[in-house]
Amino acid sequence: MSDLDAFRMEIRAWLEANCPPEMREPVRDEGDVCWGGRNFKFKNPAQKAWLDACVAKGYTVPDWPVAYGGAGLNPAQAKVWREEMNRIGARPPLSSFGIWMLGPALLKFGTEEQKVHYLGQVARGEIRWCQGYSEPGSGSDLVSLQTYGEDKGDHWVVNGQKIWTSYADQADWIFCLVRTDKTNKYQGISFLLFDMASAGVSTKPILLISGNSPFCETFFDNVNVPKHQLVGELNRGWDVAKYLLGHEREMISGAGGNDRLNTIGGFAKRNGLEDPLLRADLAMFDVDALAYSAMGEKFLDEIKVGKAHPAQPNMMKYAGTELNKRRHELLMAAGGSAALEWESEGSNGGSKARNWLRTKANSIEGGTSEVMLNVISKRILDLPGA
Amino acid sequence: MPLYHTEDQAMLADTARGFLADEGNIAKQLRHFRDINCKDGFGHALWKQFAEMGLTGMLVGEADGGLGMGHVEAGIVLEEIGRNLTPSPFLTSSVMAATALGGASADLKGRYLPGLIAGDSVFAVAIDEGPKHRPERIATRATRSGNGFKLSGSKAFVVQGGSADMLVVAARTAGDDSDSDGITLFAVPRDAAGMSLDVVRLVDSAQAAHLKLDNVQLDADAVIGEVDGGRELLNRVLNAGRIGAAAESVGVAMGSFEMTTTYLKQRKQFGQLIGEFQALQHRAAHLYSELEIARAAVIKAQQLLDGGSDKADLMVSVAKAKAGKVAGLAVKEGVQMHGGIGMTDEYDIGLYMKRDRALAEFMGDMYYHAERVAQLSGY
Repeated sequence: MSDLDAFRMEIRAWLEANCPPEMREPVRDEGDVCWGGRNFKFKNPAQKAWLDACVAKGYTVPDWPVAYGGAGLNPAQAKVWREEMNRIGARPPLSSFGIWMLGPALLKFGTEEQKVHYLGQVARGEIRWCQGYSEPGSGSDLVSLQTYGEDKGDHWVVNGQKIWTSYADQADWIFCLVRTDKTNKYQGISFLLFDMASAGVSTKPILLISGNSPFCETFFDNVNVPKHQLVGELNRGWDVAKYLLGHEREMISGAGGNDRLNTIGGFAKRNGLEDPLLRADLAMFDVDALAYSAMGEKFLDEIKVGKAHPAQPNMMKYAGTELNKRRHELLMAAGGSAALEWESEGSNGGSKARNWLRTKANSIEGGTSEVMLNVISKRILDLPGA
Repeated sequence: MPLYHTEDQAMLADTARGFLADEGNIAKQLRHFRDINCKDGFGHALWKQFAEMGLTGMLVGEADGGLGMGHVEAGIVLEEIGRNLTPSPFLTSSVMAATALGGASADLKGRYLPGLIAGDSVFAVAIDEGPKHRPERIATRATRSGNGFKLSGSKAFVVQGGSADMLVVAARTAGDDSDSDGITLFAVPRDAAGMSLDVVRLVDSAQAAHLKLDNVQLDADAVIGEVDGGRELLNRVLNAGRIGAAAESVGVAMGSFEMTTTYLKQRKQFGQLIGEFQALQHRAAHLYSELEIARAAVIKAQQLLDGGSDKADLMVSVAKAKAGKVAGLAVKEGVQMHGGIGMTDEYDIGLYMKRDRALAEFMGDMYYHAERVAQLSGY
């Protein structure tokens, strides 16, 4: 038996012993997702037991170094971990912007002290993070952001407003783009971390077309941020921001979410699939979806060993989000009038319709599809003037 | 297994890329043999070169004198064949017929494999019986006769049929036309009495034959594999042909895409490079994205086939459908973005469109394979 096979057997046995049966059921709604943080309410004891077991072994972040709360797995081992998780349909023990976005940025740009402190908190699910990027006047043109940090010696005083801050009202800390030099557009932004409980921070949820409020407006009114909470160099936060955006786009793309080759046609059939043209659309969709899941696997394999084009997350984000929107259009069509129910027990609180509407944000958040195509044109295809 | 090439595979890709760009390019092969109206549609000298490089016997087991490689490796060669539109019997002989012969008796292997490996022989595969790929239905009959069988029926779209020394023919030895069981594969020599070929030239300048079998008498030792139990071997041959054609389609798409993006960076209109127009940039970027996904589907299916996975059938159909769809988009965008010169015979982009159309039909188009994905998924 190769080392990798032995490792697979070890993981399989560990999962068998430690992943509770309830945590092998598909995620049905937001309440099934474990976000961690100071104020997180576990839905049931199994959710907490699963998190605790993974934290103890570093499996919330299997490929991070052990010193920062991970399990130190190499790319091949991390793939085995994902495959074994997928094999039994295990839920992720912890979902977190700290894992998906801040973590990679800190691993690249953070000081040793910052890594040990913040990454450890993320790995253990102790701190829930939110992302302070977009502003009312700075959406696709993010670099025009105006939130300003005034230098007060050992700290900055931050004033301004962010928007579309996911789960800001439930987050413990924020990683935030703040202008620290008004005279330099690109090299006048710094990447700051601060506590959402700081004096002067307030949030206001935004009601979306889905009827839910996952996003907030976030206001900063003379918020003090100590200087040691700067990540990377002063005024070079745009480099950190862009690097992190790559990981955010990877996250939104859904790569690696599922390699079990499930199709949505089978789901539609259970609802009574009688329309041959809808069936044809579902089949063409399933071809695209299964091909994309292979792409997700290939992308993760390549990025772990530096074989992926650095701008490839933009392609993944574009393709993955457009596909997800199509998936939900088809699920609505297959669901018929039952999928229209907004408030009813049978519809699990209108989850189909709400999820469908939620997906419309996929190709906007983290960079629109049009911006992704611009980036591909410029950085991958090297087209002129792009 | 990671979804990228191993070091050995990357070396093979470098070798195949150099070889086919130098020797298999459009001017030397496709245009040359088309313009002299070559009856075979490909060059035998190049086929000998394939043999000298060991490519003809890639999928033949080492015990039988081949390299014992898999579909990932064959796909590497096919992608370069696609990129250069190289006419060759590689897909029909070295991929499909070699897969069939892998299930043959030692006697048949000894009769045919040395010629294939040496580049002296060319084989074809006769499965389809109408203009669309429907291997579930096989009406060509083989009935017991003397010490062997008599074959009667007709076959269509037998690529390289006219130049083949031997044809692998799928026939029915039992049951009704649409039964899954009752299929037998036969190795039929080109000169078998009662077999006639009507050779036609296709849109991509390849040649294919319509086959008529009129009481073709074969000895029992012409049977490849089991009598009546050939469906499983036929499925292996089909999978090999489908994933091979998908890999070639990716090569066609890549060749077309590279030509097109180069053109976007050269052609000026309204005082600027047309590649500066966002309308074209976004279409090119979308195509890039689709191409990457098609490649991923193809390598995933190749690996599943080589590993004997029970998901291989599903993923092969995904790959064939996706590669066909994306290559179709690549050549259509290619001609459109080239404008008027894209319509000329002198310019190569139109040749990509022609090859793409032929490959799209070969071993099932995207509609056939999307339907198969639905069926394999239980709906």
